[in-house]
Amino acid sequence: MNEIWIITKRELKSFFDSLSAYILITVFLGLTGFFTWLYGSDIFFIGQATLQPFFSIAYWTLFFFIPALTMKMIAEEKKSGTMELLLTKPVSDFQVILGKFFAVVLLVVVALALSLPYYITIWAIGPIDHAAVWLGYFGMILMSMTFISIGIFASSITNNQIVAFLLSLFIGVFFLIIFNVLASSFTGNMGLFFNYLSLSTHFESISRGVIDSKDLIYFLSITFLGLFLAQQILSKRNIAE
Amino acid sequence: MGILVENLTKKYGTQRAVNNISFEVKTGEIVGFLGPNGAGKTTTMKIITCFMAPTDGDVKVNGLSIHENQNEIKKKIGYLPESNPLYYEMPMLEYLEYAARLHGVPTSKVQERVMAMVRKTGLNAEKHKNIGELSKGYKQRVGLAQAMIHDPEILILDEPTTGLDPNQIVEIRKLIRELGREKTVILSTHILPEVEATSDRILIINDGKIVADGTAATLRKQAQGEEILRVQVTEATNSDEIYNGISKLDSVSMVDPVPETPNTFIINSKDSLSSRKSIFNLCVKNNWVLTEMTPLETKLEDIFRDLTTN
Repeated sequence: MNEIWIITKRELKSFFDSLSAYILITVFLGLTGFFTWLYGSDIFFIGQATLQPFFSIAYWTLFFFIPALTMKMIAEEKKSGTMELLLTKPVSDFQVILGKFFAVVLLVVVALALSLPYYITIWAIGPIDHAAVWLGYFGMILMSMTFISIGIFASSITNNQIVAFLLSLFIGVFFLIIFNVLASSFTGNMGLFFNYLSLSTHFESISRGVIDSKDLIYFLSITFLGLFLAQQILSKRNIAE
Repeated sequence: MGILVENLTKKYGTQRAVNNISFEVKTGEIVGFLGPNGAGKTTTMKIITCFMAPTDGDVKVNGLSIHENQNEIKKKIGYLPESNPLYYEMPMLEYLEYAARLHGVPTSKVQERVMAMVRKTGLNAEKHKNIGELSKGYKQRVGLAQAMIHDPEILILDEPTTGLDPNQIVEIRKLIRELGREKTVILSTHILPEVEATSDRILIINDGKIVADGTAATLRKQAQGEEILRVQVTEATNSDEIYNGISKLDSVSMVDPVPETPNTFIINSKDSLSSRKSIFNLCVKNNWVLTEMTPLETKLEDIFRDLTTN
């Protein structure tokens, strides 16, 4: 446990040292703020005290940002050889993966926490559904965890950061759009199956204010699967080919 | 802290990088791994440090198997990988702290250990820089410092002196010698004088197999069956006379004049016989002035070349 936290701290610090954390937070708050307050179907346009516009923009922003954060995590360490050094310290492969995973989760949590003033401002403007807001944030974190684990998985299969970035976007698009489209073009069990796989279905049901164990299991199992596969790929060096 | 390697094999595809190697390293020994590029030195080290599992065989570190007690073994080993990978964007002190914490150095002792290593490796003047800003020699020292940060009982150093200037090489070798007094050290290199300067014992690996094992002196003795002398005589009437004189000695098997320098000969003795005394007596008898008599040792380079070329 301690080892995971040591790795998480180093990764987090490297985000802040390399400016990528500041860029992420600034652009995240800027983009979401712009569309929440100023442009398109913003708060004043829809005339309701709700954070829905914020969540729908944050959803897409994180979709693009998370792969940018995760792409180097394993790919670069494998390429530069620091992975060898790390894994000959008394830590297991899975501890390394978890350490990196939590670092990105924490960074996303920080970015989301900094958007709380939006919530407070809207609260001051009109009556707001607090449960929906908190569940919206909760859903954002669950969705981010899913994308982070996909990103780390993508980073583990290649030594090339760009490949890792594109691959995690590619996998992400399936969960975000393609399964949804397939769900509406199939009927019966196939339709239900793709509907279950579609991330937006689950995100919407949570942000509507209902926590269903079905949704929780969905997010957590994809997260775990991504991390598990990343660990398997990392451990492949042990197997004779 | 002994290391026992038993029938170790590692295959990459169909290629056997390490082929059924067995050897033992005793506590406090400094063992030099010698071998041409691609001989299997690095692979063996990667297996001992628990980075990779072997295809077959076992390594026991102080009785603990790499198949079962990886974490215990990793705690006892300090490792400097071949290319000395480091996080270049990290400040050096922070990196050493990170390594110390990962190795489970108690929080109260972390600073103390980091500073001790900084002093030991002579990094004090550079301590506030990022690793990426350090020169290659200093990076190498950071690599050594992180390997020793938790005061491990075993140090595994993969080509610790590559890319250093001659002064730094001497310093690092001195450091390794010093460390070897208390610790078990395995180091790999393909620089021959380096093993001689640092190691108690030499293991020569070729094509994934151990082809020689022993101290530099025993390896020499093995390779060198007979005594070879270089002899120079002056104030003699002519070199033919000397040539004939020496050739007639009982213990001499072959005499070879050195072409450029007059009156100089390379003399091979017969097996297990020494001709030094009789050559001296011969010179005294004939009133020749003996100006040089040097025993020629077989060079480690020659042994290496013999063993590693087919």
